[in-house]
Amino acid sequence: MKREPPQSVADYGPLFFPAGMLLIFFVVPFGTMIAVSFFQRQEGGFYTPAFVFSNYERFLSAFFGGVLGFSLMLAVTVAICCVVLALPFTYLLSRLSRRLQVIWLVGLLSVLSLSEVIIGFAWSTLLSRTAGLSNLLVKIGLLDQPIALFPSFGAVLTGMVYQALPYTILVLYPAIVRLDPTLMEAARTLGSSPMRAFFNVLVPALRNTIMATLIMVFIFALGSYLLPQILGRPQHWTLSVLITDQAIYQSNMPFAAAMAVFLVLVTLGLVALTLLIGRKGEKA
Amino acid sequence: MTQWLKRFYFLLIGLFLSLPLIVVAGVSVNAKQILAFPPQGFSLSWYGEIFANPEWRSALIASVVLATTSAALAVLIALPLSWFLWRRIAPWANIFQVLGIAPFTLPPVITALGLLTFWATTGFYGQPWTAVIGHAIFFVTLPLVTLSLGFSAIDRSFVEAAATMGANDRTIFRTVVLPLILPYLVSGYAFAFVLSLNEYIVAYMTVGFTLETLPIKIFNALRYGYTPTMASVTILFVFTAAVIFSLVAKFGDLPKLLGAMASDDS
Repeated sequence: MKREPPQSVADYGPLFFPAGMLLIFFVVPFGTMIAVSFFQRQEGGFYTPAFVFSNYERFLSAFFGGVLGFSLMLAVTVAICCVVLALPFTYLLSRLSRRLQVIWLVGLLSVLSLSEVIIGFAWSTLLSRTAGLSNLLVKIGLLDQPIALFPSFGAVLTGMVYQALPYTILVLYPAIVRLDPTLMEAARTLGSSPMRAFFNVLVPALRNTIMATLIMVFIFALGSYLLPQILGRPQHWTLSVLITDQAIYQSNMPFAAAMAVFLVLVTLGLVALTLLIGRKGEKA
Repeated sequence: MTQWLKRFYFLLIGLFLSLPLIVVAGVSVNAKQILAFPPQGFSLSWYGEIFANPEWRSALIASVVLATTSAALAVLIALPLSWFLWRRIAPWANIFQVLGIAPFTLPPVITALGLLTFWATTGFYGQPWTAVIGHAIFFVTLPLVTLSLGFSAIDRSFVEAAATMGANDRTIFRTVVLPLILPYLVSGYAFAFVLSLNEYIVAYMTVGFTLETLPIKIFNALRYGYTPTMASVTILFVFTAAVIFSLVAKFGDLPKLLGAMASDDS
């Protein structure tokens, strides 16, 4: 049967349910959120329909600027750490036998699917005073007595890299698997060391993929809503944490919605940039 | 030398990814209610606690029911949509594919907050079924991506042969298409199921005050200090995910599935 344009209303039949669900439960809620971001907040956690910009005006405070700057800086750091760690790993992974690759992929998917709650709990245990790494350092003799390694910026960063690393590897994986293996062979035949071939041949060949991956991991890290809260101090809270906090604990829905809309705009801008890079990559 | 270096790098990444889980596994078998590693004594009672303690058991049941139903709903949304996109030429309908992938690409807190304002406005806030719809929309990306991959792998001449012999759309779908895409359908369901089991923010913002799923239960318990049941639940979750993904790998083509997923995402 050839693909053909739908001719009668009945031909659109299969589309009704999925389109309805996505419109009602994704597009409408999204619109509701945008509407609420312009609403007036009332004392006691309620809000009334209005059209005010006061929720957006709060962005202009130094506190908010600080949170935004910190969120962006943290997400950039996570993205760079992840890509630097994942790039050589994914390349080595793609050279393994198929069986070993599948075992690694199952492990990576299992870690990737872990809830942020669980990742936060696992790292807070690993960095704790009583059960954590510092006990090991005491045994080796590097420390006098066990200490808690969290809350701290290092703990937040480590937890977020842990969360995003499997994602980074799985984003890089298809591009690296499809890479022409003769490229590296040629470099090696011409006498280049493996390290040199990696940096001078592989990395430039994957330039667009690397840029796109950096942006995708950046967006992924921007979405982290619990780890800065569990592993960090209040000054390490990001935009996502603040949105949750305003919506649930401060009951300030209009402000939470305004921040969420802002986060969407930042994210969409970055997605557009990724697509642009991807398009350029195809032309080249 | 380089061979040694490679092994070392694999070991390093493997250790980084598994170390927190190893410590949690150790902590989960402590004999007493303490947070200690290496474990003091050995006891599996904290695993029994998940099923014996009524609070943890009801959270477990809530999570499993939510994951089972929301993954099914996600597949029900994804299947007709990807069938339509494969069967018909309707470029504008691709907008629904984009809408299906959007909730997963945007920071999760956005989908969660959108649903929170929506349910609060319509007056259904806190109803258990709202979480099912929320998760189905949030994770519809996964079956959507696996199914579009499944459809693109179908040889259209099979379908043409069936049509020439007089089969209508419905018969073709049931007898030719469905058996061919079944593995992709199952893996899409499996991905959505595991992620729904682990999901926190959407569940918390839709039903957090009326229903406790396991991730919500762990987070609430975490705020009051430590109980070893958190550790045993964590290990149960890792184990479940590993078993389900191993099954997907055994009966499907995991490298191919992942190759397609990421390329569709980017």
